Amino acid sequence: MKMSKTSKVIIYILLGIMAVYFLSPFVYMFFTAFKTEAEAIAYPPKLFPAKWLFENFANAWNSQPFGTYLVNSLLVTIGTTVGQVISCSLVAYGFARFNFKGKNVMFMILLSTMMIPWDVTMIPQYMEFQMFGWINTLKPLIVPAWFGSAYYIFLMRQFLMGVPKDFEEAARIDGANAFQIYWKIFMPILKPSLILVGVLNMISVWNDYLGPLIFLQDRSKYTLALGLAQFKGVHETQIIPMLCVTIIMIVPPIIIFIIAQKYIVEGTSGSIK
Amino acid sequence: MKQKRFLKTATPYFFVLPWIIGFLVFTIGPLIFSLIMSFFDWPLIGSPEFVGFGNYIEMFTKDEQFKKSLVISLKYAAIFVPLNMIIALFLAMLITQPVKGVRVFRTIYYIPTVISGVAVSILWGWILNGDYGVLNYLLSLIGIDGPKWLVDPAWAIVAVIIASAFGVGSMMLIFYTDIKNIPIDVYEAANLDGATPARQFFSITLPIITPTILFNLITSIISSFQQVTLVMLLTGGGPLKSTYFYGLMTYNNAFKHHKLGYASANAWVMFIIILILTALVFKSSSAWVFYETEAGGAKQKKGGKK
Repeated sequence: MKMSKTSKVIIYILLGIMAVYFLSPFVYMFFTAFKTEAEAIAYPPKLFPAKWLFENFANAWNSQPFGTYLVNSLLVTIGTTVGQVISCSLVAYGFARFNFKGKNVMFMILLSTMMIPWDVTMIPQYMEFQMFGWINTLKPLIVPAWFGSAYYIFLMRQFLMGVPKDFEEAARIDGANAFQIYWKIFMPILKPSLILVGVLNMISVWNDYLGPLIFLQDRSKYTLALGLAQFKGVHETQIIPMLCVTIIMIVPPIIIFIIAQKYIVEGTSGSIK
Repeated sequence: MKQKRFLKTATPYFFVLPWIIGFLVFTIGPLIFSLIMSFFDWPLIGSPEFVGFGNYIEMFTKDEQFKKSLVISLKYAAIFVPLNMIIALFLAMLITQPVKGVRVFRTIYYIPTVISGVAVSILWGWILNGDYGVLNYLLSLIGIDGPKWLVDPAWAIVAVIIASAFGVGSMMLIFYTDIKNIPIDVYEAANLDGATPARQFFSITLPIITPTILFNLITSIISSFQQVTLVMLLTGGGPLKSTYFYGLMTYNNAFKHHKLGYASANAWVMFIIILILTALVFKSSSAWVFYETEAGGAKQKKGGKK
């Protein structure tokens, strides 16, 4: 479609204004992280630091056992992502490629569980995990992910529904069993969907605050998100370390998103049909 | 032979088994148990006591905070949901324009979405600070005396809305992919007829994406009721409980005041409100949502991805 020069200019101006809204907080945070505390609360504020204090980051990192938090965050993020990818692909494969008694009812139930607010199940879940002796361990954050999650199963099932029906026929004639077909034929095809689910899960688990808040008690078990939140309240006056750790914390999801962007955009397009 | 047939029937169940177990242990089990708990006075330590509808009666007749929190959450949803959808749609329209470099903007607009939660609340708590916050400084440059966002009860909810609008990206992306799928020839025909861009938006784009609007409407109503993390860290429910959202109240009743039975009843009321609102939206949708088949095949979805 042809576009006049004026309308192009207007569009770029609008795009730019919105970009400023979304980017400027990050830019400003980035520059402030290198300042002194006094500079950070100076009025009127200045954008650039008088002197670039790179040691701010090391000081912030050492102000709490963030190394431990990072290990915990990585354990939870990797543990849940592997679990989700395996369990959701198995379940999605079951729903997409087989006919069995109760399938439609079960799938309807699966979809409707997405409507249940976490507030309703969190209290009994807490008691359940307490019964298992899992409180103050990472297990309540990891184990449920090995049993699939409705939204991710739905995304993968949608993807698999698009694969032609006779796709696995050849393999079946060759005598491969259902599990071999799933593993050798469908796992490779599912790759875009596996990446999509993996990335969505990584981002949401990395950022999760409420789960760790409820299930973890000792600092040695904290995740990064929970440790970062400790700056609120007690250390409210310490702006610089808080911003430094925030920057460290937001870098991994941003990088992962930029790398996997293509899969997220395409996956979104596939899911709403 | 018999064994083989059994294997054949059992195979699909084997595949969906993880979900069945998870559903029983982590969803339906807790769901039923939560309903049972809501009829008990259930302390964290000590034995529970059956109180019938006591918790529900207390909520609706004695608990002033319940009503206040419910109103706050409804108010938040009433402002946030439409506002968020309008911003998302506006952004989606912008990044579907045929100009160079829009993909970069698509990435920029989505980035805040991937850092949601703690980081966002720290970022905005700092920007909106009444003493040294940069937003009020910028406002002062154009002659506006900015409010004490997080300290003034009248403005705290606005602060929460501003901060949550930061994560508009996922909804934008859903609109974006839908608008992208509208075949270009529909617009070309409209162009030939001399329809203005505004007219094209209201008579072509908007009707075609109504199913997506419905989807976004429902998901954002559900999520706005569950908003907890942001208020917990941005305002802590204050000042003067002006942002004491319903979800936060439920959380505090459970894990701060250890009234597990009462909090379960809170959660069930929330669940029922969500169900009613969703049902109402669905019911109304027949009046404003247009599906392809109704349009008499006027719109042909692009092939390929389904």
